[in-house]
Amino acid sequence: MTQLDLPSYRREPGVHPPLASPDYRSTRLRSPRTPLVLLPGSLTEVTGPLFAGDRIAPNDDDLTRQHEGEPIGQRIIVHGYVRDGDGRAVADTLVEIWQANAGGRYRHVVDNWPSPLDPNFSGYGRVVTDTDGHYRFTTIRPGIYPWGNHPNAWRPAHIHFSLFGRAFAQRLVTQMYFPDDPMFSRDPIFNSIPDERARQRLISHYDHGTTQDSWAIGYRFDIVLRGRDDTPFETEPDDD
Amino acid sequence: MTERFELTPSQTVGPFLSIGLTWSDGPHVVRAGTPGAIEIFGYLYDGDAAPVPDGLVETWQADPDGRFAHPDDPRGAAAGQPGFRGFGRCATDAAGRWWVRTLKPGPLPAPDGRTEAPHLDVSVFARGLLDRVVTRIYFPDEPAANDADPVLSAVDPARRATLIATPDGDKLQFDIHLQGEDETVFFDV
Repeated sequence: MTQLDLPSYRREPGVHPPLASPDYRSTRLRSPRTPLVLLPGSLTEVTGPLFAGDRIAPNDDDLTRQHEGEPIGQRIIVHGYVRDGDGRAVADTLVEIWQANAGGRYRHVVDNWPSPLDPNFSGYGRVVTDTDGHYRFTTIRPGIYPWGNHPNAWRPAHIHFSLFGRAFAQRLVTQMYFPDDPMFSRDPIFNSIPDERARQRLISHYDHGTTQDSWAIGYRFDIVLRGRDDTPFETEPDDD
Repeated sequence: MTERFELTPSQTVGPFLSIGLTWSDGPHVVRAGTPGAIEIFGYLYDGDAAPVPDGLVETWQADPDGRFAHPDDPRGAAAGQPGFRGFGRCATDAAGRWWVRTLKPGPLPAPDGRTEAPHLDVSVFARGLLDRVVTRIYFPDEPAANDADPVLSAVDPARRATLIATPDGDKLQFDIHLQGEDETVFFDV
């Protein structure tokens, strides 16, 4: 059988949170205890589902227009570029988001804290990146909400993001936060990321160039998926 | 030398992932009635062997010829199984159950010249998982191919069975234990 020349996706230890992060209580019974087994990238890992626009319905990119009326809240535009670790644009990749409403309540059966549902807000969106890897959503700014992790626990406001990239190895689900959230220092999910600089990469930036006068506030959130090692199977003769 | 961009860290899907990540056709890797279609199902459990009712299981796999409709499959694009998506996605129900309807993948070449046994790659997401966990589903009717599989044969023999589905009538069952005595083997991809 001939040698397969496959791309190799770089491992970047220390960026993702450790699965066992006991300050986030739900990890205690759900995080594996046995060390992960190294899986060298093979065909299944370097390929992945490629979705064109066929999963996108009208208004999936505008969460303020999915109902008859407009949702309550601060209208915002969230946009950015999806790249890989080498700066290559990740084009034509599906970006899925979900979020709470302006009062911090999710439209979900298990979220029933006393903040009102908004009949005009579902809280999910989908887009496909353009050829430059750019995506853009219009939505409302989600509220901070309480959770039962510890006494008087409140999550910083966030939007959930799901990305596929080009390969199974690049799959990423994360959360985008907003600048200057008062809850950052008390949130064990945000702080589960050990590296302070990596943590800051999840905070979007106010983007005045995208802000539209008398209409919506702009935020920019760029996303970086795993890059590739260069020429993974190149073997050069050793001269000494 | 290309400029390096710093990786975006993972965060949990949280308890409300079904708002954003469930598709009505998520489990349908192939349409109902596709010749050769099989159902793979299973239960997702936590460290107390309690069902995880708010998880999501995703599958990715080769087609029955062991090929991928993807530019990084160096053998060239698959001739194409009409309607074969390769990708499945199913949220767990109150009992922790998930399922997909698919076709059994073929064996595939590995970079070292060996052959990988038919398998599905699996990502598991849930509240309490700060990053996805990844495992593989192998097939119980492929003992020789499984023994020769470079990934499976590198796993502690005592834990290999956690990666092999079990027959249940005309279906295949693959339970996932996130933690505990029966903890599934998870991979660093």
